[in-house]
Amino acid sequence: MATRLPPVDVLIVGFGWTGAILGQELTDAGLNVLALERGAWRDTPIDFPPTFDQDELRYYWRHELFEPLAHETLTVRNNVSETALPMRRLGSFLPGINVGGAGVHWNGQTWRFLPSDFLARSHNQSRYGAKAIPPDMTIQDWGVTYDELEPHYDKFEYLCGISGKAGNLQGAIQPGGNPFEGPRRREYPNPPLAMSYPPTLFAEAARSLGHSPFPQPAANMSRPYVNPLGVQLGPCTYCGFCEKFGCGNYSKASAQTTILPVLMKKPNFTLRTESEVIKLNYDAAAKRVVSATYVDASGQEFEQPAEMVILAAYILHNVRLLLLSGIGQPYDPQSGQGVIGKNYAYQITSSVNVFFDDKVLNPFIGAGAHGMVVDKYNGDNFDHSGLGFIGGGYIGNIQTGARPIETHPTPEGTPKWGSAWKKAVAANYLKSMSIATHGAVMSHRGNYLDLDPTYRDVYGRPLLRMTFDFTDNEHRMSDYITDRAAEIARAMNPREIKVNYRKGSWDVVPYQTTHNTGGAIMGKDPKSSAINRYLQSWDAHNLFVMGSTAFPQNPGYNPTGTVAALAYFSADAIKNQYLKSPGFLVHA
Amino acid sequence: MKAPGVHAGLTAGVGGLAIAGALALAAAFHPGLARSQGQPAPSDPGLVARGKYLTAAADCAACHTKPGGAPFAGGLPVKTPFGTILSANITPDETGIKDWTADELYRSLHEGLDDEGKHLYPAMPYNYYTLISRSDSDAIFAYLKTLTPVHNDLKRDKLPFPFNIRAFVAVWNWLFLRQGPFKPDPQKSAAWNRGAYLVEALGHCQACHTPKNFLGAPKHDDAFRGGSFAQWFAPDLTPNRRTGLGGWSRADLVEFLKTGRNAHSQATGEMGLVVADSTSQLTEADLDAIATYLTDRPASPAAKVSAPDSKVMRQGQAIFIDTCSACHQMNGEGVPRYFPPLAGDANLQQSDPTTSVHFILGGVRTTPTTAAPTPLSMPSYAWKLNDAQVAAVATYIRNAWGNSAPSVSSRQVAGIRRSLTFGPGPAGRQQHGALAHPNPETWGVAGTDSRDNGTANAGRAAPASDGSGAGRSGAENGGASKGRPAGVTAGGPG
Repeated sequence: MATRLPPVDVLIVGFGWTGAILGQELTDAGLNVLALERGAWRDTPIDFPPTFDQDELRYYWRHELFEPLAHETLTVRNNVSETALPMRRLGSFLPGINVGGAGVHWNGQTWRFLPSDFLARSHNQSRYGAKAIPPDMTIQDWGVTYDELEPHYDKFEYLCGISGKAGNLQGAIQPGGNPFEGPRRREYPNPPLAMSYPPTLFAEAARSLGHSPFPQPAANMSRPYVNPLGVQLGPCTYCGFCEKFGCGNYSKASAQTTILPVLMKKPNFTLRTESEVIKLNYDAAAKRVVSATYVDASGQEFEQPAEMVILAAYILHNVRLLLLSGIGQPYDPQSGQGVIGKNYAYQITSSVNVFFDDKVLNPFIGAGAHGMVVDKYNGDNFDHSGLGFIGGGYIGNIQTGARPIETHPTPEGTPKWGSAWKKAVAANYLKSMSIATHGAVMSHRGNYLDLDPTYRDVYGRPLLRMTFDFTDNEHRMSDYITDRAAEIARAMNPREIKVNYRKGSWDVVPYQTTHNTGGAIMGKDPKSSAINRYLQSWDAHNLFVMGSTAFPQNPGYNPTGTVAALAYFSADAIKNQYLKSPGFLVHA
Repeated sequence: MKAPGVHAGLTAGVGGLAIAGALALAAAFHPGLARSQGQPAPSDPGLVARGKYLTAAADCAACHTKPGGAPFAGGLPVKTPFGTILSANITPDETGIKDWTADELYRSLHEGLDDEGKHLYPAMPYNYYTLISRSDSDAIFAYLKTLTPVHNDLKRDKLPFPFNIRAFVAVWNWLFLRQGPFKPDPQKSAAWNRGAYLVEALGHCQACHTPKNFLGAPKHDDAFRGGSFAQWFAPDLTPNRRTGLGGWSRADLVEFLKTGRNAHSQATGEMGLVVADSTSQLTEADLDAIATYLTDRPASPAAKVSAPDSKVMRQGQAIFIDTCSACHQMNGEGVPRYFPPLAGDANLQQSDPTTSVHFILGGVRTTPTTAAPTPLSMPSYAWKLNDAQVAAVATYIRNAWGNSAPSVSSRQVAGIRRSLTFGPGPAGRQQHGALAHPNPETWGVAGTDSRDNGTANAGRAAPASDGSGAGRSGAENGGASKGRPAGVTAGGPG
């Protein structure tokens, strides 16, 4: 039997980026907030100090910061004709666990989506005609616009101390920035990171082809920074261990380095760790969540009532909890009806290796978002007429570091092992770089999340089942921008290049990116979406669902900037509308 | 028995101690004060607010609040040269100061006697508090009476013989206690006198920053020249340009005391607590007064330092570049207010290397304050560097970039290492408790690491070892979950 606990004003489920943001905002509004985190407490000097945070074996290969699959995993398949099998080893994506979530081991690539990204269906239809969108491509407008999110993007960028160069200040295009971005109210809080040799070469080549390369906006600090909460972030040392690692130097924005020093001290905030929510208890008649049931590390079960619940776990867990709790109608790919699990999407990536004879590139100098980027082929920044696809992606050289176990670039034709391979690695390690493409994935009728009929977790609950594959749209788009990346690579006058197209079906094994999106998407009506523009559930007015869970499809950028902007937008609506009159903020 | 004292029997046999007679005599002269009946708790809000401010200025919480414990409920082990004493409960509970009068509080501060007229041990710094004015004492009293009473019946009598005889203290007082209250120096400004009062009386800064004699009394001739305190060396506060505050402006000092950091240094360890609980709560005017007083004192004499071994310096430099330079920069200039400069740092150049070595071994956490809430920390190197390596790098940073201080030996490092205790955890993860972050609570206690052990029992938690369940308070110290050090503190001497 679950022990019933005294109620709180707000219960936050999961304590990563969005949990911390909502905790900070709602305690500011005077509410009594409790956050439950399934993992443990985690902080810089204890869990990833500079004495051992650059341990590639421990953190990347042995997954110290990632979700332990023995405790929870999901099953995967490419389409409904297959039987999904459990993912028993992390590969394609790396969800986090413990305080700070995956925001501890992210790279810090912090983007805003394009204004047209938020109008994916209506914009493409009006520019290219109704036929440009195939019948099974289930993309939707978001129900929120870039202009509405702009102040919230700005707030997150200043919270994090993003290093970058504005490309569009209140409509005026700025040299050196991204000319395609939506207008921003002011410059980034910090100047761009200092560029090492490879991004400099990439930018020169891109300019020679008429592109406008600009520094990747980075949550890695180009200088010491004090954020608006008074929290200090240290200057980046370019050690090259962001992605998959925690930062020991306080140089990468995370919940720990931006919010927690302030939030943890508030008397109206409590964080309870090692408390895993297994169900939201839903009153369908009243259309509200009454409590959450959770299990602590000793196996005790508790029921925590709350006036308001913020679902702030990772996207896959958010969707699974909604399904397990019976909140919202599960999506059915046959009929296209239902909303929970609908429009799961991912990211499509490719790369071009560039090998030099005459240039020593010191690739180990790096940071998670240290690089130069071309955005001409993202979103609808270029004319798609006759190309057979919509969407796009960015092309860039981002030197995240060349960790020794992971990084062994070899030219085409090199054996996969043996002395010739070793020789090639030794010859090329210092003299090669990679140009990456990072592409959008449009949502598709057959790509979705539901509960697995066979496999169960340690509590006996069904695992989440992921059914996903790249469609022709993604492959055409990715191949197109990969060819553009190869053009830039050739313009660098290297000895040789190696073009790595993304071929075939999505594969769960090789690491690609932890940019899973959708499953409880936002939208204009309860028929086509799970949550409204304020991230409020259509089925429970006191439930707000954070994260990339809300993305109706996945644009060609890293998601965190938009995840945070949506969280602030939602917090704003809760503070200024919901608290005054609890109920549905949008009437269907 | 009345609180807060747990009194050593004055009639205990004292054998052949020469001081025995004096003890017995001294005890006889201090009857309890007459108690006025039905004295109501003072409730003048202005008085209470002033009392709260003065209580912060006197940093009563430093000893009377145990980390993770209820405010002012006592129970903190306070180390003295003679052994460890638990601090008293000073909340208005029957196990605290419920029955105390304002007269009795003033007498305890002024003369070191408790409500029954028995001697307090000078772990209570009444030899400084004696300078506190009667009106300030009354304000503190008014504030303490408004605290939430906390029942905390402490068995406080822990000193070994003969120090467990409280009357022994009478002799100490006769030798060392110079009763106040504070007398202003008419030759000096009002700010100087205010600063002197804050530093000498309420702040009792000399309790740490002045060297002590073998009986734990301050050596007045060496006032503010630095003293040992627990596993730290509290640095020179005179205007010495190398070891003291000579390179600091008044504004630097005010910023340090207010925010816990400035362009030169960051408040950590014991001083971090002082800043958090006390100085960061003071007004700018009072902090400026403290700076006025401290900067108007004679500088300590320059120490003669023999040149370090060049081979050791080369070793130390290599270790520095490898392990320290990412934050403190190759030129030792650090990132002021984030990662403190080592070049020119006074704390590093004390003749006694205890603090330098303690930093390296234990790691260190910059105190968070309202003005600067980030607990920027340096990790522990105890598991990574051996005694010789710590000695080499400590010698290097104490003598590089124009710094100068005596070399550090492996033996010294080994001694300091022994005096520190480290929490449990796998090798390479042992951390000094100073780095534990406050506040998250964990109710469940997993006997095994049930979340990721990969066995059939994964997720099925181990049986609770000590009745965990609803209503249990959170872990006393933040981060006290599996494999995490819970409230580890520096161990006592010996």
